[in-house]
Amino acid sequence: MRKILLTLSLLLFFYNNAYGLITVDITRGNLDPLPIAVSPLHVDPKSEKISQLETEKLGEEISKIVERNFKSTGLFNPLKKDAFVQKPDIAHLKPRFEDWRLIKAQALVTGKLLIKDKKLKVEFRLWDLTAAKEMVALSFTTTPNNWRRVAHIISDKIYERLTGESGYFDTRIAYVSETGPKNQRIKKLAIMDQDGFNTKYLTLGNELVLTPRFNTTNQLVTYLSYFKNMPRVYLLDIETGIQEVVGNFPGMTFAPRFSPDGKKIIMSFAKDGNSDIYSMDLETRLVEQITKHPSIDTSPSYSPDGKYITFNSDRSGLQQIYVMRSDGTQVKRITHGAGLYGTPVWSPRGDLIAFTKVRKGRFYIGVMRSDGSGERLLTENFYQEAPSWSPNGRVLIFYRETKSDSKGKGFSAKLWSIDITGYNERRLKTETDASDPSWSSLLSK
Amino acid sequence: MSRGLLYSFLFHTLVIYLTMLTLPFMMREPIDLPPIVSVELIEIKDKTYIPFAPKARKIIEKVKEEKKRVVSEQAPPAAKAKEKPDRIPMPEDKKETKELIKKKQNPEEIKPQIRQASEFEKEELFDTNEIAALIDKAKEEQAETQRKKDELTQSSVKNSFAQGLSLSEEDALRAQIFGCWSVPLGLPYDKDLLVRIKLKLKPDGRILKSEILDHARMNVPGQSFYKILAESALRAVRICQPLKVPPTGYERWKELQLNFDPTEMLKG
Repeated sequence: MRKILLTLSLLLFFYNNAYGLITVDITRGNLDPLPIAVSPLHVDPKSEKISQLETEKLGEEISKIVERNFKSTGLFNPLKKDAFVQKPDIAHLKPRFEDWRLIKAQALVTGKLLIKDKKLKVEFRLWDLTAAKEMVALSFTTTPNNWRRVAHIISDKIYERLTGESGYFDTRIAYVSETGPKNQRIKKLAIMDQDGFNTKYLTLGNELVLTPRFNTTNQLVTYLSYFKNMPRVYLLDIETGIQEVVGNFPGMTFAPRFSPDGKKIIMSFAKDGNSDIYSMDLETRLVEQITKHPSIDTSPSYSPDGKYITFNSDRSGLQQIYVMRSDGTQVKRITHGAGLYGTPVWSPRGDLIAFTKVRKGRFYIGVMRSDGSGERLLTENFYQEAPSWSPNGRVLIFYRETKSDSKGKGFSAKLWSIDITGYNERRLKTETDASDPSWSSLLSK
Repeated sequence: MSRGLLYSFLFHTLVIYLTMLTLPFMMREPIDLPPIVSVELIEIKDKTYIPFAPKARKIIEKVKEEKKRVVSEQAPPAAKAKEKPDRIPMPEDKKETKELIKKKQNPEEIKPQIRQASEFEKEELFDTNEIAALIDKAKEEQAETQRKKDELTQSSVKNSFAQGLSLSEEDALRAQIFGCWSVPLGLPYDKDLLVRIKLKLKPDGRILKSEILDHARMNVPGQSFYKILAESALRAVRICQPLKVPPTGYERWKELQLNFDPTEMLKG
């Protein structure tokens, strides 16, 4: 009983002490890139040899792709491999955390791969070096030729685990490939991995193509083609190569885009100098007119929930951005700043709208909230437009053209990306000049 | 049966007694603290903390004046105490006792103060009733002297002193952790992003134990961001160690609570 009383009195005493616990509020942190070590993946010596593939180097190549992906985000700082002390085979089993901490790494990626029965099996682990524990461990089995995708999927999983938002590495970009002099450009529809590899051309370049857009399953692309000099919206199945005209409009259709559920295509239809926004149901082929105004309404883009549409219109006299319900009611102008606004695109997260702004002869890519507030111009240049969102809504891809001299030389069109902070601007590698990019959603969800 | 009653009676008496003993301290703690504000803010003068600087300057100016007065009043009571050692709390002594209480937060200064006091006063310190009386009187006087400064000191008190670290100590710690915390950028702005971490520290500032106070949220479906945020906070604390804690007063800060909240930063 005495013990009980003693315990109780001690409890009371400590209760009193606990009341005085010092608290410190930490409301800021640093935005420096997180130092991360990506150890080359250990290649199992029992792995089979595959033609056209250097199996021994595959582990290192995968780690290089992961590193490049991380570097491109601006959020990670992959450390140089020269500083690594532990070999990949041992590191994957049990890293010596103190060795990795010595080189100031906060996270470590290790892994191993094995090719057996013509299947590639890749395992990876992400380690929290400060807590000395594993954060995530996954294994993938696929055909060996798919090794680049595995590297992108690993990058996505790590990105998601460390930042809390989904990644955007296992994605593709559709764009218009451009070759030849400025006045005789050959434009082809092209598709590539987000890191610029595996480029494929979907059209031959016989006719002008513009504004390709992915659907949500990334299997279809809708675009504008001047086939037989008649500009119309087409639909292309990437797997089968089958193309078809969208709708039977008695005139020019342009600026197509899929609805978030992939069931509709929304686009502009021009007639007698007036263009309005229409949608077409891909199953029933029913066409619906959404705007009806004697002005140019174009560049429609759905909100991710499909309830609203943003578009640009010159109904106020100058080209500005508007938002309306997806049935065409409650039209509201959201931009009021000086300059012209165009190509609005709703973020996949739903919080922001990206746009192109033209003011005093300069072109800006910017973002604002869906009510038009909080406008932020991310980048300025001589000519740039057509932003497209990464599937996680963090990065925008767009194209930028350089000025040609009096002889028409020096002209180029390149793809660029910038994140929504505006600090991480990068040029994307493409085989040819490129314009009108469209970012797919994640291929593996 | 009667034994049980007796134990129950004893137990309840003990509880009431302990409550009486402890609660008044809890009640008075914040009231005791304001005078220390003035003393500590002079220390912070050299270590500028920008958000507080404009206020701090005003306070420092006021404090300088106050300090002059305090210093001039400090000497006579010490002499008086020696002259009349048998006298228990008279109005003149209040200033002395006030000084003692003031310095409680800073252990370095407590010892010399106690040494200065006479044997008689030391004994009196153990009489709880008289301590209570002293504190009450000191409180009244402090309330008077502090009333003028209240407007200026309020925010500072709220920010640091009520918590037991001086502004400069807290700033040093905070700045250190700011540098170590890599904030995950994929966090939703509109959710509750507060992560509370309780630390048990070694005297050298190293971490003995760290504990996430809302640990249950780590595994709530749809709140995966919380786990990532909490992990980043823990990483920050571990990278930062040894923490920049004051060189003395281990008992005071051996347990610390850090409230990580990146909302402002992400929105800004």
